[in-house]
Amino acid sequence: MAFLTLTNIQKSFGLVQVVHNFNMGIEKGEFVSFLGPSGCGKTTILRMIAGFETPSGGSVVINGKDQGALKPNQRNIGMVFQAYALFPNMNVHDNVAFGLKVAGASKTDIDIRVKQMLGLIKLEHLADRFPYQLSGGQQQRVALARALAVKPQVLLLDEPLSALDAKIRISLREEIRQIQQQLGITTVFVTHDQEEALSISDRIVVMNAGRADQIGTPFEIYNTPATRFVASFVGTLNIIEGKVADPATGAVTIGGQRIALKEPIAGLKGGDSISLALRPEAASIAEGSKGDTSLPGEVVSTSFLGSVIRTKLRVGDDVISFDMFNDPGITPPVAGENVSLRFAAKDLLVIRE
Amino acid sequence: MKAQRLGAWIAIAIGASYFIIPLLGTLEFSLRMRRGAYSFDAYESVFADLQFRETFGYSMLMAVLTIAFGMLLVVPTAYWVRLRLPQVRPIVEFVTLLPLVIPAIVIVFGYLRLYNSSSILPLTGSTSGTNALLMFSYMTLSLPYMYRAVDTAMRAIDVRTLTEAAESLGAKWPTILFRCIFPNVMSGVLSGAFITFAIVMGEFTMAALLNRPAFGPYLQLVGANKAYEPSALAVIAFAITWLSMGLIQLVSRFQKSASPKA
Repeated sequence: MAFLTLTNIQKSFGLVQVVHNFNMGIEKGEFVSFLGPSGCGKTTILRMIAGFETPSGGSVVINGKDQGALKPNQRNIGMVFQAYALFPNMNVHDNVAFGLKVAGASKTDIDIRVKQMLGLIKLEHLADRFPYQLSGGQQQRVALARALAVKPQVLLLDEPLSALDAKIRISLREEIRQIQQQLGITTVFVTHDQEEALSISDRIVVMNAGRADQIGTPFEIYNTPATRFVASFVGTLNIIEGKVADPATGAVTIGGQRIALKEPIAGLKGGDSISLALRPEAASIAEGSKGDTSLPGEVVSTSFLGSVIRTKLRVGDDVISFDMFNDPGITPPVAGENVSLRFAAKDLLVIRE
Repeated sequence: MKAQRLGAWIAIAIGASYFIIPLLGTLEFSLRMRRGAYSFDAYESVFADLQFRETFGYSMLMAVLTIAFGMLLVVPTAYWVRLRLPQVRPIVEFVTLLPLVIPAIVIVFGYLRLYNSSSILPLTGSTSGTNALLMFSYMTLSLPYMYRAVDTAMRAIDVRTLTEAAESLGAKWPTILFRCIFPNVMSGVLSGAFITFAIVMGEFTMAALLNRPAFGPYLQLVGANKAYEPSALAVIAFAITWLSMGLIQLVSRFQKSASPKA
């Protein structure tokens, strides 16, 4: 049995059901991210684990113990909030010590543990500062230390990096992952930032309208998205509409051209419409580039994104984006230019609704 | 442009004169007790009066008690409404505004009818009961100011998230309220306290009709019987109010300087 088990979790606010029969098991020491747009129910699930919301149905079991009857202050769960939630009247030391004081730890034990925690987040020298004297990143690290000081059985992170600027966000997410691995603490992380989720998670749950569209490793989520929503939410994706030619051999036609997919198409028959996805990095217009398939198209626009150049191409009725690595020696295509888009048919993914 | 600025200064001067000239007049008159020379004789006479000290002390005590009990009522109420019952917020706001709409004399007659010596709760039947009733009536009078001051301070902090953070760290309600919330709304609590102090020190109707030896009725008594002392008392009363207002400013400035960085 998993360390943290969510079984048939449901939640309704009035007539609106925001979480539908959510099931998942999280292993001890695992880092799981809930990824999805605003209002998809990811934070609600997190709050139900913490005990701040009561599920309309289902159960939350941690380490074999049903949490249903326990109040938030009885669950021993550490939580880090988007808004830091440091107590403004307490300095860094007292913030980190708060949970230990509440638990009745001795002064000596508190001082030792606080020192350990501040060492972990590398802020020992700021123990006497008040929250208003710290930057956002420092405040969030203190909030993390405070949550970890009480040795929680599960750590919950509710969009902890959203309020920080880009550079701090990247360094802090790496720090969070490193601390999590060092302590081996079971962690649930809520975010709407796909890059964040992909970079630090053992597994990702992609939430859509109160349901888990897909649960998998970052590699699986990115490379084999289970639904159109997952494919479009995680990374940039081109959707190409085609027709099934022969489902048994995986043959489809796109813009009148017959293409063989890597595997047979289940559940569709010849002549049915089919949506296929292609990642921008899987296509190219370069001469001699790999790929068994080529489609003629006209350049619509070109955007410089730093390390890559993204070009939009009109192919039939579809507009397809593709990326090429930036190189001072290359000449980006210009709008109106006619080119051939090359890609490997095996990189086309069949998208289910 | 210059004409507009001149007009603004004239308007400010007229407004300031409206307030300042009567005060200066009162101050000047309070210093003229000794014939032909300015002196503090009126103030000496006031401070030497035993009744002044008794009534001033009584009102001070009532103010302190009103502030203490008022805080115990208002802070948990504002906290609970903000956290758990936001839907009753308009009702609570309406109730807290009632003392501004209902005249004090109506309230005190209501009290006398409800709590007279032949009622179920005969508060007016004893001195301590009447004192308690007067304190409750002061709490009622200060409710509009006290509630707003505390509620505004709560708006400045994220009460819900702080509560949840404390809960997740194992804290129970008393700990959350007195260690996490109360210290962070102290500026609002102090602002409410100073306004309450000013109200209690000058209140007449409740104290007079409940027949308690408060400072308000003493002011009226002296005003009816003496010439210079009432002016001295008026200046003292203004000084108390200004001191309270100054302390409110000081507290709110301290709060601003302690606010989080963006």
